[in-house]
Amino acid sequence: MALDPSLVGRSFPPTRPYAVTEERLRTFAAASGATWEGGPAPATFPIVLAFEAMNAFLESEQVELRRIVHGEQRFTYERPVVPGDVLTTTLSVASLRQIGGNDIIGTRSEVHDETGALVCTAGATLVHRAEEQA
Amino acid sequence: MTHLEPGAVLAPQEYAVTRADLVAYAAASGDLNPIHWSDRVATQVGLPGVIAHGMYTMALAARAVATWTHEAPVLEIGCKFTAPVVVPDDDEGVVVVVGGSVKSVEDGRATIALEVTCAGTKVLGMPRAVVAVDG
Repeated sequence: MALDPSLVGRSFPPTRPYAVTEERLRTFAAASGATWEGGPAPATFPIVLAFEAMNAFLESEQVELRRIVHGEQRFTYERPVVPGDVLTTTLSVASLRQIGGNDIIGTRSEVHDETGALVCTAGATLVHRAEEQA
Repeated sequence: MTHLEPGAVLAPQEYAVTRADLVAYAAASGDLNPIHWSDRVATQVGLPGVIAHGMYTMALAARAVATWTHEAPVLEIGCKFTAPVVVPDDDEGVVVVVGGSVKSVEDGRATIALEVTCAGTKVLGMPRAVVAVDG
């Protein structure tokens, strides 16, 4: 089922505040075989935040996660993410097109700190794979 | 901070990826999509089998960047996910190789072009990172 084109430009409610702790950074780094021993978060860590926002978006549009494949991802930092940060993420739909029955969904997730300052922008392209023909 | 020479070719980094790594990454990232742990679901949606999270492969690319630059602050990192990394259900898994070269260094920003392959196939499209450097 194709997504509604009127989604483009729509912003979804911010995620609940996420507290960045040393433990969370260590666990995330360890999951890719690295070690985190202080300093900024691993460069792809904000995917945790963006993913929470994407999950809420997909759920609200009744898109099955298993039909989603990641097409593209980009992070642009205003400043590094560090332990002690409390971050919220706001996702908006930047673009939507259809290719071969698949929806290509462009999303933009802005990660803000407690003061409201922008920390990082995560741009993602999600490919919503069409149902197989029976 | 780090000094990087424009044109420098960075030592390729090799990382083994097994199913166990994907399960750990699913938990750490919150991405519980079953295409990263269930062959049944992966093949149902038309994939060749369980595939690595694109973000896992990108995390490995970021790990190589951190190694090369001695953890220089990353200003930008991005890529397209152009080919799936299919991870078999065995103990060896597959090997992802991350290569890179310094494209430019200006205004305290070094741009690194990456090449990320698995079994000789490029799996990321135009992977690139920008890090903060001295000078």
